Amino acid sequence: MTTGRFDIPGTYVFTPEHSKVGYHLNMFCMSLNQEANRDKFRANPSDYLDQFPMTGEQRSAVEARDWLGMLQLGGNIYYTFKLAIFDGLTMQYVGGAMSGITMEEFQQMMINGGRQLGDPHTVREK
Amino acid sequence: MARIIGGVGTSHVPAIGAAVDHGKTETDYWKPLFSGYGPARQWMKEKRPDVAIIVFNDHASAFSLELIPTFAIGVADEFKPADEGYGPRKVPNVEGHSGLAWHIAEKAITSDFDLTIANKMPVDHGLTVPLSIMCDQPDVWPCKVIPLCVNVIQYPPPSGRRCLNLGKVIREAVESFDEDLTVAIFGTGGMSHQLQGERAGFVNPAFDKMFLDGLTKNPEALADIPHSEYLEKAGSEGIELVMWMIMRGALGENIQEVHRHYHIPASNTAAGLIILEDM
Repeated sequence: MTTGRFDIPGTYVFTPEHSKVGYHLNMFCMSLNQEANRDKFRANPSDYLDQFPMTGEQRSAVEARDWLGMLQLGGNIYYTFKLAIFDGLTMQYVGGAMSGITMEEFQQMMINGGRQLGDPHTVREK
Repeated sequence: MARIIGGVGTSHVPAIGAAVDHGKTETDYWKPLFSGYGPARQWMKEKRPDVAIIVFNDHASAFSLELIPTFAIGVADEFKPADEGYGPRKVPNVEGHSGLAWHIAEKAITSDFDLTIANKMPVDHGLTVPLSIMCDQPDVWPCKVIPLCVNVIQYPPPSGRRCLNLGKVIREAVESFDEDLTVAIFGTGGMSHQLQGERAGFVNPAFDKMFLDGLTKNPEALADIPHSEYLEKAGSEGIELVMWMIMRGALGENIQEVHRHYHIPASNTAAGLIILEDM
């Protein structure tokens, strides 16, 4: 799935199209709000994932912790971040992973004033 | 009668709440942000509102993709902190004001704003972090709270114009409530930020300044900002700023800014805080 109808660089707006495609992926992530579910997922990830009728691609992206791939397959960041919380990761780690830099580089970029217009991933390719 | 005594616009970044919870507000990283919260906490102590209407969004905590209300008002006597995946945040439960909340729901719905009515709604960082920003760490929150939850995650969220107009109806509702209450209204979320995609970390101080200035100078112009402009210029999650328009709508036409604070970064965002009062 592309960035969709808004065509903003590096941005996957959670449109109805994304929501429909990503429903089961996101609902898996949402289930991790409950401690009992976190325990089950920790104990047996494969059995736990079997409960959610995701596509093979979505399941692979979950298993690989492919944070950008999950968005491209209909994931929404507030949902996929539940999986990052489960893994003990921060939004800064995930932000770095999605934009191809390390967490430390991402943190430093924010301290330097954030990703501003004209910086990498903010300009439309001609 | 009840009356609105002021409006607060503030970010609700989870990491700000974590900095409070874990005693990190004086560190080099957090001190520049928290230093600007001092006057806001002082304002809260001096004004002592009986009720705070907190406009916030749920982040896949109370609502999932199973049910996505555009506007949901909490009418219960109590709201518990949600488990967002870490276990619930260790902050006091939030005490509601059922009477005023039902009155606002009735007034809004009979004025063609079809609010969803929520009796059970665990509240996540979107609501509890603004309370921490404004009240620090009390044993009990110093005011009752009416949660007003807005969908800004599933596109499309409500327009800025719709939000401004809802705020106006909330003002009419508060002013027609037959109890002597002082009410503050918080618009939360923002400011410019983007959590997702290759553009993660995007912020736009020029947009944020324009927005903060516009709250006092020209809210009608802000109300015309289309979703596409928020998404592009304020970042995909910066669209939360439409919730500040509800706060603005609940204030009068002539208002004054009494405090402003702006800092980059708070985690992955540009954090802002503004306090507005009627002239």
